[in-house]
Amino acid sequence: MGALSLARLALLCAALGLLLPWHGLEGGLSEATAWPGGAAAPLPALLLGGARWWLWPVLALLALAALPVLRGRAPGGTLTLAGAGILAWVFLMGEAIGLRGLEWPWLAPLLGAPPPQPALGWGALFVLVAAAGLFSAGIAARGAFRADAFIAFLVAGSALLLFLFVFAPLTTILTAAIYDGERFAPDVLAARLAAPEAWSLACLATHEGCGVVWNTLLLATLTATLSTAIGLFFALLAVRGGVRAAPVFRAMTILPLITPPFVVAMALIVLFGRTGIVTTFLWDWFDIPRSRWIYGLPGVLLAQVLAQAPIGFLLLDGALRAISPSLEEASATMGARRFTIFRTVTWPLLKPALAAAFLLGFVESLADFGNPLVLGGDFDVLSTRIFFAIAGARHDPGRAAALALLLLALTFGAFALQALWLGRRRYTTVTGKGDSGLPAPLPRGLKLGASLVVWPWMVFTALVYGIILVGGFVHDIGRGDMSFTWRHLVTAFEVEWQGGPALRGAAWDSLITTVEVAAIAAPITAGLGVLLAWLIARQDFRGRRLLEFMTMLSFAIPGTVVGVSYVMAFNVPPIELTGTALILILCFVFRNLPVGVRGGIAALAQIDKSLDEASATMGAGALDTLRRVVLPLMRPAIITALAFSFVHAMTAVSAVIFLVSARHNLATVYIVGRVEAGEMALAIAYSTVLIVIMLAVVLGIEKVVGRAQIGRRAGTSAARAAPATAPVRAGA
Amino acid sequence: MSDTAIVFDRVTKAFGTVRAVDAVSFSFPQGALVTLLGPSGCGKTTTLRLVAGLELPTEGTITIEGRDVTRLAAAERRIAMVFQSYALFPHMNVLENVAYGLVVNGARKAAAEADAQAMLKTLGLEGLGERLPSELSGGQQQRVAVARALVLRPKVLLFDEPLSNLDARLRRRVREDIRDLQKRLGLSVVYVTHDQQEALAVSDLVCVMRNGRIAQMGTPTELYEDPADAFIADFMGEANVVAGEVLGPGRIAIGGVALETRMRDHPAGRAELAVRPESITLLPGGEAGLPGRIQRAAFLGQTREYEVETAAGVLFVVTPAAATPFAEGEGVACRLERTIPLRS
Repeated sequence: MGALSLARLALLCAALGLLLPWHGLEGGLSEATAWPGGAAAPLPALLLGGARWWLWPVLALLALAALPVLRGRAPGGTLTLAGAGILAWVFLMGEAIGLRGLEWPWLAPLLGAPPPQPALGWGALFVLVAAAGLFSAGIAARGAFRADAFIAFLVAGSALLLFLFVFAPLTTILTAAIYDGERFAPDVLAARLAAPEAWSLACLATHEGCGVVWNTLLLATLTATLSTAIGLFFALLAVRGGVRAAPVFRAMTILPLITPPFVVAMALIVLFGRTGIVTTFLWDWFDIPRSRWIYGLPGVLLAQVLAQAPIGFLLLDGALRAISPSLEEASATMGARRFTIFRTVTWPLLKPALAAAFLLGFVESLADFGNPLVLGGDFDVLSTRIFFAIAGARHDPGRAAALALLLLALTFGAFALQALWLGRRRYTTVTGKGDSGLPAPLPRGLKLGASLVVWPWMVFTALVYGIILVGGFVHDIGRGDMSFTWRHLVTAFEVEWQGGPALRGAAWDSLITTVEVAAIAAPITAGLGVLLAWLIARQDFRGRRLLEFMTMLSFAIPGTVVGVSYVMAFNVPPIELTGTALILILCFVFRNLPVGVRGGIAALAQIDKSLDEASATMGAGALDTLRRVVLPLMRPAIITALAFSFVHAMTAVSAVIFLVSARHNLATVYIVGRVEAGEMALAIAYSTVLIVIMLAVVLGIEKVVGRAQIGRRAGTSAARAAPATAPVRAGA
Repeated sequence: MSDTAIVFDRVTKAFGTVRAVDAVSFSFPQGALVTLLGPSGCGKTTTLRLVAGLELPTEGTITIEGRDVTRLAAAERRIAMVFQSYALFPHMNVLENVAYGLVVNGARKAAAEADAQAMLKTLGLEGLGERLPSELSGGQQQRVAVARALVLRPKVLLFDEPLSNLDARLRRRVREDIRDLQKRLGLSVVYVTHDQQEALAVSDLVCVMRNGRIAQMGTPTELYEDPADAFIADFMGEANVVAGEVLGPGRIAIGGVALETRMRDHPAGRAELAVRPESITLLPGGEAGLPGRIQRAAFLGQTREYEVETAAGVLFVVTPAAATPFAEGEGVACRLERTIPLRS
């Protein structure tokens, strides 16, 4: 696409934007009747009425761009200036003048005392998109992106979106942490960061709890160690143990994907709580007294390991398969015994994958919110403490922000350590030629040890998921009343027929919202992700690495931090989204985007670049090439990304628990609420429905795309898990 | 319209600090097949991609058929390219592949497919239109790639190592097909290869590249018989390069022995001399010529190869199998039929 065509489209878009209401309609569509005045006034009406005199430059810059374009020219400098100018001006003025009038007092000499300015609306959105278009046309006309305005627009547009919805919210956390009310107070930040609430070591000497940072680190380390170890035992047995259960192991790996993060915690309560099934059994038969041991570190740890171990297995299974048997055979021909082979060849080659599995477990544990919330008891971790600092009795955004910074630092610290460690070692075990040969069998002691861990753990997993399966259909599983009933499902999903179906069940609202939001977010996530992947993998431009980094950034940010940052960033003008369904969709899109991008890049690596080039030499522009060659070939990746983001949107809880509202509640948040109210059976029944829906989606998709890598959220090649590319979802 | 197809004027392409193509200037005539020849990493493929518009030059200007295309993207250059991997779209059948260029340039689907069908017939591919590329043999895939390029009636057709994915028997036939087609349609063709035999066999002009620069350009005969330096002499076919002295027209001295030979005019004095292995005739020891001793002998069926130790160093000699054989250790005399004095 040429620069001129894009500039014309942009002007069209801007013209449309000048007709639509400039500000957001607080009262919904009913306010639109006031057009062209009142709350629905478009920009020209506001300007002529003198209410928004500070926005005149926007119109002036539009005119500056329109003059040459209407005469059929696309002067690069002018268009760049106009586009960038409008974007910067609208946002700066939006920040400077808010709902209370002037927000930046130091601008008073210049702006005086302007009237309050509400959030941006549809008109502003169209004008801003147009400005991005003008800017892209401008830089393309100056030769950037090989003069392809279409590519320029895609890059500029996605960079702007990533900036607004990934990077900018993070900076608001920093701002919130460093301000005490209205006062700029670095000393307060220092005090908050060093607070004994975070760092106290009291638990070593007294009965008081330790600082929340220590709790979090202890939990993450234990979870990572245990899940890596269990995953390793599973992988050894599956790949080297001569056990036929490998398909069962792999089927097990799909469970954490489709299970909302706190469901396992509920099952654990049902089993081991004070009135739990196992607890009661032990009391009745062995006089072991009932206790609340499951609430706290042991329970959270158990729940997290149940979720993480299958992912550790996936990573290590892949790594173990990638080790060429000829290496072990070589070792054997040199006279090494089984155990020596394992110790000197297999184990060292597994190390990068072990590190990756450990990091994954560590980071997921840091980010986990659902399990500590349900099972934590007095054992607080950073993610729950952040939540209560926002939603609890003592509402303190500054404290929440400081804790979020600590959590962010821990996460990035883990990635940095891994990068440092991996940076010094590179093992390439996959060689070009196909290796044949038989892998060395496991040393006998090791196999026995692995079996002793693996089989009981399988039974335990089956028990936990069995509880979830049965729990919704019995009277009161929490107290061991196991008689069959539809009661809970009826409470949740009752449908009454009154000349038409009426949804009476308590859960319908949240379920419908969840499915709607997930269904809207998924195609956007997949589309934007694949587009970004194509830009990053196939286009060569300055700032490409930066764009990739921005994309992957949201991967590493724990969900709780994202939730807090969205609440802080989008609660006030210029962009006001809290309480809408849109903020839920945006949150899902940008949290799941990295999955789409990674998948897209991997798919593109399989598609020879010469196909794009052949298309170009035959006269196809970037748009044609994308539409006719690249996208059809990427269909499996696109569908996988679709399924993935849909499922993740349905199971997410940590980020969205901050963002839901009475009108737009989500299934997971509703379930957590039921758990806290003690309605365990209802919660389990609802979870079962969710799991069935997701299983249907995943299996349906898998059938469509063939053996897709839906279950492989952890990726297969552990050895290349560098920090930016680490296949980690921080906090579902 | 000018009668040059492609003109490079001091074109440089830098990747970071590496100059893959370094201030290269040339002018390729219309209707000729020009090969870019050189070892891997010499810049020949980058040069081709610069012509195609798949890379844009860091400096310099590129003109195709009189039009400055330096800043134009590949899609706007009206060239066509046959890729080393053929780059056939795996999700389209043969007919859709060939019609693709016409369709994206705005032709109606029916017209495009009729054109494509005709082009398939020209290349002997009729009846294969419904197949997927993966259902074709390597040679057929190659012809589909050529059909796809030709159907656009390009001004310039580019080939990037088109034979490298074919087996040895097929190569000779396909390269002759390409040459026939080029002559029949009067196409301007640029052809990249690293195989000097292929280059000699198909080209009107050969352009040898080294380290991002043009080492020598000329007809195949010129390059073979009159290479500019030792690199080209060796690259265009094996050559023994020895130090010697030019005594006068057709008279040289090597290793202190005066010899008669055919050679181009060269001022008298010390010079580096290249001698092709097949232009040395071996005679029994004691006859006129450079005396030597057979160090190693090998029988290859069509030819015999020898390494002969002489006062000027070890010479590599290839003789027809029908010539008198010599055994290892035997004394011989070398007669140099043709010698190439190298420009220093």
